[in-house]
Formats: sequence, C-alpha cells, structure tokens
Amino acid sequence: MVIAKAGMDGHDRGAKVVARVLRDAGFEVIYTGLYQTPESIVATALQEDADAVGISVLSAAHKHVFSETAREMRQQGLDDVILFGGGIIPPGDVEWLEQQGVRRLFLPGTSGPEIVAWLQQAVSAQRASGSGG
Amino acid sequence: MEGPEEHSSLAALLDRALAGDGRSAARLMTLLESDVDATPAIMSRIYPLAGHAQVIGVTGPPGAGKSSLVDKLAAAFRAQGKTVGIVAVDPSSPFTGGALLGDRIRMQGRFSDPGVFIRSMASRGQPGGLAKASQNVVALMAATGKDTVIIETVGVGQEEIDVVRVADTTVVVLVPGLGDAVQTMKAGLLEAADVFAVNKADYEGAERLVKDLELMLHLGSSGSAWSPPIVKTIATEGSGVDQLVGSLAGHFDYLQGSGEYLKRRRRAAVAEIDGVLRGQLMSAIARRVPAFDVYASQVAERKCDPYTAADRILRESGLTAEGLG
Repeated sequence: MVIAKAGMDGHDRGAKVVARVLRDAGFEVIYTGLYQTPESIVATALQEDADAVGISVLSAAHKHVFSETAREMRQQGLDDVILFGGGIIPPGDVEWLEQQGVRRLFLPGTSGPEIVAWLQQAVSAQRASGSGG
Repeated sequence: MEGPEEHSSLAALLDRALAGDGRSAARLMTLLESDVDATPAIMSRIYPLAGHAQVIGVTGPPGAGKSSLVDKLAAAFRAQGKTVGIVAVDPSSPFTGGALLGDRIRMQGRFSDPGVFIRSMASRGQPGGLAKASQNVVALMAATGKDTVIIETVGVGQEEIDVVRVADTTVVVLVPGLGDAVQTMKAGLLEAADVFAVNKADYEGAERLVKDLELMLHLGSSGSAWSPPIVKTIATEGSGVDQLVGSLAGHFDYLQGSGEYLKRRRRAAVAEIDGVLRGQLMSAIARRVPAFDVYASQVAERKCDPYTAADRILRESGLTAEGLG
C-alpha cells in the first residue's frame, strides 16, 4: 500500500490520517511524504510491489495528478495495481476520473472503516484475479 | 511444493529481474518476504551473483537521522557513478500486524533516479532490528547489479544488532542529547560500529558525545587493527557526508586488505545457515508432530517443562530416535 501526497500542496493531514487508519487495519503502508509527482509515485509503487496506491489531492490539481498517475502506471505495466484517492474533488469530476483509471475516490466525510472495507475487498479481489503478489 | 508451471514462471521472473527489470525484482522481493516455498529457488539462483556489492548497514536509535543520512549517502555514491540499493526497515505493530513505513519521506531526492532502488520492509515481529527476509532482499539487490546496498535498521536500542551479520560495514548513527546513554550502550550497539556518525553535529552536546566516544574507544581497545572513526555529520544539510563516505571506503579497504572480510563472511555464513536450518527444522517438526499444541498447553499449565517437551517433540518427530540426549 502506497499513500502519497501529490503536487504543490502542503496539506498532508488527510493522507496521514488515512495512512494511520490503514496501518491500524493491518496494512503495511508506505508513506511517501509531500510534493510527489506522478512519476515518483509510480516508481515507488513499482519498487515496493504495492497492491494499491492512494493519492490525496487538495490543491485542485486532481484531474492532472490522477490522470497522469494512471497513465504512468499503464506505461510501467502496473495495470493490476489499484489506484484510489481522496481529497477535495468536485462530484462532477468523479466520473471522468474513474474513466481515467481511478478505481475509487473518497470525498470529505468518508469514514475510516469505509475506506478499509473497500480496500480489503478490492485487494483480495485483485489478488484472486491476477498474478498479484 | 510448486507445480512445473509455477516453477517456470518463477524462473522467468528471475530471468527478467537479473536482466534489469525492476518490477520483476520487486515481485521477487515480495516472494522472499512472504513465500517460504519460493525462497530456496530464488536464493539458489541469485546467491552466487550477490558477492560483488559493498553492503553498508546504518543503525542507531529512533530519530537519530538514519534515513536522512542514507539519502545523502546514496546521493554521494551516485555522484561516484555507483548504483545503489536501499533496504529500509521499519517496525510492524505487534497488535495489528500493520506498519507505517516512512523512511522514504527522507529519500525523496532519489525517487526518480533509475540508479537507485528503494525497498521498504516491515519488521513483521522479527527481533534484532531487521525483517526476516532483509538479508535475502539485500542479496537480490546485489545480484541485480547494485554496486552498493545500504540497509537501514529500525530505530534500535542496545541489542538489536543483527545488521552486523548482513553488512560489510556498519555505521552507528548517534545524536547528542541522549545523556549518559553512551555509557549504558557500551556493550551491544556501540560494539557494532565500524564507523560512528555523530549526526545533528550542530546541536548542543555534539562535542561532548564525540569526546565520550573517543574515550570509550580508547579504553576499550579491542585488539583489532581497525579503530572506528568518528565522523560528525549534519544529514539534513549533507555536511560531513563526504568524510563519512571516505571512512566507509577506508573500512572496506581494511576488510579486504586484512583478511577480515573473509572472516566476517564466514561468520555471517554460519549465522545464515543457522537461521535457515532452524526455520526448516521447526517447520519439519510442526508438520510431523501434530501434538505440538498439546505440548504447548502442558508447558503453559506447568504440567511439563519446556526441555522435556522439546525432547518428546523431537522423538515424536522421528528426526532423531534418541531425542535430545
């Protein structure tokens, strides 16, 4: 599990809270810190052999960050890695982002257990379906 | 045991990793961490190829600046044209099994450099400052062509010094402000040092710490021809890093020139075989003695002592007819 903060956006409280919630649910969470680029996020996911990548964006750059990350993941052959995210994202953008390859977006107000439950289900489904490790 | 199909996919994964494919190497690392059946086949393929890298251990108490120092060391080795593997170990929660691996936060400058491969590992309950598979992951990094492999331990106290069995050269990172800790740490962590880094050297008490270490080294002359140098560093600014790199090179030269390298390799080999044997014996016993849990209950209730239980388990396993006698 890789949790990243992308772009010029210093607000990492949300990402840290999610990282902590996932840790407490038994995940091994790699937290990358601030100011990641799509390239650095994908390089991390590749080296860590991550099952999933979560990105928090609060800077209104969500369209760019998520679509570029999804594109870079496909380019590096990480099609089977789950991309999800959260942050301040207008509901109108959610469908477009999901078309770009984001599996799920959690908007403000989502509870920790909700994220955990979705992720556990998504990871086990992914592992069952593919070569995932 | 694996079927032939699984076996061939593992062989293909090994081929790709050894040809330089990072994703395949990452997959193999996951297998080394989590698949005891696949591990022997991976190791028998990579072990002969893993001998050329210099392996540097970085250890020290939590918050000493190990990750920042590793980052700066990696940058310095890259500047020398060397490729670098980093294995960064952080603790797992003993309660949930989860882990928050944050060493990468200090290594952001390396993420986009294809000459650096960073792998985070959770300790998964292993004592000693490393994860169980750390040594094997280090070997894989070496086998896939990394010139230098740096292994960063969890933040350690006094005795978690397994890293000395994995690393050629061990750096112990200390910081001022640990009070009289130097005294109490004499045995254990401080003895693990081939090189000392006194980090946060701009903080109050750094000079005093250096003096304490000098005195300790002077008093405790180990009879070794190598006396650990003490290097002052400020990892966040990169100051002292060049001297540290020089000391690491000096130690590596010493190891090879003095024959100490082979002696250490031999000691490490004994420990490695020991670890594998224990694991294999335990799993063989667990397979052959279904009543293991019954013995555990008897010992827990003090109806039987652990020595008698072990003796009976060993007899029952059929591994030896005589038991422990």
